[in-house]
Amino acid sequence: MKLLFERSRPGRSSTLLPPCDVPVTQFDQNLLRTEAPHLPEIAEVDLGRHYTELAKQTHGVNDGFYPLGSCTMKYNPRINEEAAAQPGFTQLHPLQPLETVQGALEVLYTAEQLLCEITGMDGMSFQPAAGAHGEYTGLLLIRKYHQSRGDAARTKILVPDAAHGTNPASATMAGFQVVSIPSSAEGGVDLEALRQAAGPDTAGLMLTNPNTVGLFDVNILEITQIIHDAGGLCYYDGANLNAVMGQVRPGDMGFDCVHLNLHKTFSTPHGGGGPGSGPVGCKALLEPFLPAPRVKENDGVYSLYSPEQTMGQVRSFYGNFLVVVRALTYIITLGKEGIAAASAGAVLNANYLMKQLMGHYDMSYNTMCMHEFVMTLQGLARETGVTGMDVAKRLLDFGIHPPTMYFPLIVHEALMVEPTETESPETLDQAAQVFLDILAEAKRDPERLHLAPYNCPVGRPDEVTAARTPILRYTFSD
Amino acid sequence: MPNIPANLKYSKSHEWILEEDEVFTIGLTDYAQSALGDIVFINLPEEGDEVSAGESFADVESVKAVSDVFSPVTGIVSAVNEALLDDPAQINEAPYDAWLIKVSQVSNTEELLDSDGYEAVVAAEEA
Repeated sequence: MKLLFERSRPGRSSTLLPPCDVPVTQFDQNLLRTEAPHLPEIAEVDLGRHYTELAKQTHGVNDGFYPLGSCTMKYNPRINEEAAAQPGFTQLHPLQPLETVQGALEVLYTAEQLLCEITGMDGMSFQPAAGAHGEYTGLLLIRKYHQSRGDAARTKILVPDAAHGTNPASATMAGFQVVSIPSSAEGGVDLEALRQAAGPDTAGLMLTNPNTVGLFDVNILEITQIIHDAGGLCYYDGANLNAVMGQVRPGDMGFDCVHLNLHKTFSTPHGGGGPGSGPVGCKALLEPFLPAPRVKENDGVYSLYSPEQTMGQVRSFYGNFLVVVRALTYIITLGKEGIAAASAGAVLNANYLMKQLMGHYDMSYNTMCMHEFVMTLQGLARETGVTGMDVAKRLLDFGIHPPTMYFPLIVHEALMVEPTETESPETLDQAAQVFLDILAEAKRDPERLHLAPYNCPVGRPDEVTAARTPILRYTFSD
Repeated sequence: MPNIPANLKYSKSHEWILEEDEVFTIGLTDYAQSALGDIVFINLPEEGDEVSAGESFADVESVKAVSDVFSPVTGIVSAVNEALLDDPAQINEAPYDAWLIKVSQVSNTEELLDSDGYEAVVAAEEA
């Protein structure tokens, strides 16, 4: 399809500017550019068609099943959008006097109270704009904590080998050395390896529970105890909180800080529809270091303050505020019982689908799963030459977004499936049938799968060339 | 079965090692490049850097994932194959020609396998 620059024709436009009603100011000549910028000139109707054409090439939760593992692509209820579209929220300026934005501050304050209750934390900041940003902020909390005690020897963060790739990346960005901890045969943390790695140089542990193979680590209390005994702190990667919210709290598992992905667990848009929000919560011992500003309440009046030992700001103003409005709407709509029912539904749906595929597809661990499960297609690949990639591509032909592929790294030819709680039994039954049909096809006609998909506007983009010689900007002819 | 030349030594983490006149040349095995898939990026250390046996000294990025490359020896990097930085595909095309680094002043090595021993490691991973 044509790019906006290619659709551009001189003189066409989509806007009529109102007449200028203020005196015109002349800038110094040296501040003016000598040639006009290359802005596309397009009529509104053509602009609309351009974006509609792009939209038709995408697949979202409104198009069909979207079981992208570890991403929690749940349906985002419309009521969230209604709340976030209130002019009282959308027309705010971040520098408005506080007495005129009491409602917005109450949103931040109430969301903090509720999410602290759900996670078992004492304080929370909504500044981080995404999950990895939250991880980074959480690690800075840990660093500030050790520094404040004059303990400069704690330079290492322990990360299980099943972790999300962002964990070691965030730890490195925060100035720590990463030590990888192997998984046990049961899919949890290898306790003996953890004991050997923990010591006076341990700043902390980063852990996702349930982990990326969809299993709840039953040794969690022992794991966090080992780290605390060594003088380190425990960080909870909240990416998989959808499996346990309302059932068990990271704070009660022994974690000292946590980040949440509001755009996963609390039903705000994500996957290109963002923006995201990765709030960081912590126990009281880390609260003095949280980013500023924070919201406090006194006799029904809300105000902002800066904690004395704050790390400062990690983003402008208060984070992605309207995302917090959506998440708060979701939490209040569901209520205490609804939150617990959502996580129970997520676990039930994952097990329901897994049971239908078990015995046909190889599972990486043959036990009950939490909110997601991981299949290994290594056997199929050896037998037929059909890989996880081929199966994922074929799913597109049936209107199903592929599961997460080739992750976690410890499982070969992995497909990681997370249905979420908002899918009906009918959708899950249909998806199971498609998975089984594709498996039969792989055995009957493997060549057909190597060339899939057949019904999509884009089939197999050349990822290698895109990665090796990316074209990152448009080149104008003049 | 991947190509496993008999004249080289191997690590369990899929590096090959060629020792000549106390200089250790290190690369990725045919099995490793095949498991990784098309390599699109590589990070290498610099000449004069120290490497430690069992610790990461480089990382390779394929379309599937980013993976660490582990040093089988402790020593000082005496040469780096900088041509790989611009053309990491050489590792896929000719893994035993596309060496990553040469290490000298080697003080310690991990347990190195001969080609039979490494073949057993590969067979076990495939099982």
